[in-house]
Amino acid sequence: MKNEFKAIVDLIDKNTRVLDVGCGDGTLIEFLKKNKNINIRGLEISKENVQKCIAKGLTVIEGNAETDLKQFPNNSFDYVVLSQTLQAFLNPELVIIELLRVGKKVIITIPNFGNWKLRLHLLIKGTMPITKNLPYQWYDTPNIHMCTIKDFYHFIRSKNFKIFKSLAINNQNVSLINDSNIEIKNLFAELGIFLIEK
Amino acid sequence: MIVRKPLKLDCGKTINNFPIAYETYGSLNNKKDNAILVFHALTGDQYVTGINPVTNKDGWWSHAVGPDKSVDTNKYFIICANIIGGCMGSYGPGHQDPDTQKIFGTNFPVITINDMVNAQYNLLDHFQIKKLFSVIGGSMGGMQVLQFVSNFPDKTKTAVPIACSSSHSAQNIAFNELGRQAIAADNNWNNGEYFSKNISPDKGLAVARMAAHITYLSKKSLQEKFGRKLQKREHLKFGFDADFQIESYLRYQGSIFVDRFDANSYLYITRAMDYFDLPGQFKGNLSDAFKETKTKFFIISFTSDWLYPTQENKDIVIALNAIGADVGFVEIESDKGHDSFLLDVPDFLKALKNFLEKSYSDN
Repeated sequence: MKNEFKAIVDLIDKNTRVLDVGCGDGTLIEFLKKNKNINIRGLEISKENVQKCIAKGLTVIEGNAETDLKQFPNNSFDYVVLSQTLQAFLNPELVIIELLRVGKKVIITIPNFGNWKLRLHLLIKGTMPITKNLPYQWYDTPNIHMCTIKDFYHFIRSKNFKIFKSLAINNQNVSLINDSNIEIKNLFAELGIFLIEK
Repeated sequence: MIVRKPLKLDCGKTINNFPIAYETYGSLNNKKDNAILVFHALTGDQYVTGINPVTNKDGWWSHAVGPDKSVDTNKYFIICANIIGGCMGSYGPGHQDPDTQKIFGTNFPVITINDMVNAQYNLLDHFQIKKLFSVIGGSMGGMQVLQFVSNFPDKTKTAVPIACSSSHSAQNIAFNELGRQAIAADNNWNNGEYFSKNISPDKGLAVARMAAHITYLSKKSLQEKFGRKLQKREHLKFGFDADFQIESYLRYQGSIFVDRFDANSYLYITRAMDYFDLPGQFKGNLSDAFKETKTKFFIISFTSDWLYPTQENKDIVIALNAIGADVGFVEIESDKGHDSFLLDVPDFLKALKNFLEKSYSDN
């Protein structure tokens, strides 16, 4: 179980309705179903992944978050989860607005482009960073809107959305992000997890 | 099975003591919770799998239904009935009108998808099944699935509408009208009264089938299979014989169809499809059709199906999501057109099998 998923599970209350946007092969859905009594379904763009979810007996809808979130009514889920997918959208801002419309609360995780290894890679090597979370070459990456924890933190604030909790993940460690430590977290965290509300 | 209970049809007439021809596969377990009602499409019948005794060919859904197949006859009890209006034993225009003692022909009442579903519902009482495990169908069978859940929201655990629509589009109606007019243009049709004269509108029905058959395939699959290949000849003949293989193929499809299908049934069933408008039954709101249901839906469409395209299937998903219903959806990659659901399309068969198995093990 990925640390990220463990941290997400801790953010979600029991007996709730959850939508996992970009649910992949359904690992998180399975984990949530097992550990909490949660009514959860996924939205996934890849046919291969949709098949994997069906084989696991999970409820999944094939679709694209940028066009297919509109089918869900306002506040139809207690939580909407978006795990490491935001950076792949053509228009991340619109997706966030849609997520906040559909879900009462939204959990977004982002790979942190501010991590020191990436900064160093670019500084020393002068080429686009490749890491285990971001394993692609510049020309074949689906990640077209990378941001840092700091970027995202400021963006959510500037839109007047509320951040309930923000977490930094570095190796095995999960820690809280706040105004006073954000520079440090932005330098060392590999992932940022944000629980936000309109 | 003879249905004694009167059935009031949408057209206002009531039928009673009418026959429903059905087949079953597999066996009903003691808890009676493994039954699946399969609904057939326009030209299907109750012979889902195994050898069809009328045509001596494989049943229409042999790829999907059978031992260890997607709809596993080792596990589930499968029931499939010929729809009313059909011509394979259930009450239809080829039956005798009890009032006049003459073959109904076009005096048979116009039936709807709703009537078909209500007629088949009697099978649950017949087998004393309180709740089905699933209702499954493609194309017009999918429309029956939707109507079934709408009519009987707590009578099935799962529902799988495949390659269908909640409302027949203008294009769908147009193609059906083309088929009906082809039949009507055949002098042998004689306003539906041909049984007594020992004739049948074979030419008209064959043309209807040829036109419809094109709509079941994709441009790509036709091009790949036939292209401009010539039929048993080196050069064009400069005539109107079947020069091209595609012409010969369509003529053959038309000719074998008339041996197993009744022209009047073709009129009645296409009419039922055209009248199908589930949102229309609920003041335009499809979600209201499913308001009461806890049924778990799994909707499947095919990329190359232009008769019931993905978007029309997705509209059903959207309506179900709007009320928070349990719905999954997948679009299967296939270049075989609308017919994909009847053919050996591994991704489709796999998805169907997995959905049923996982839902069944939740029992």
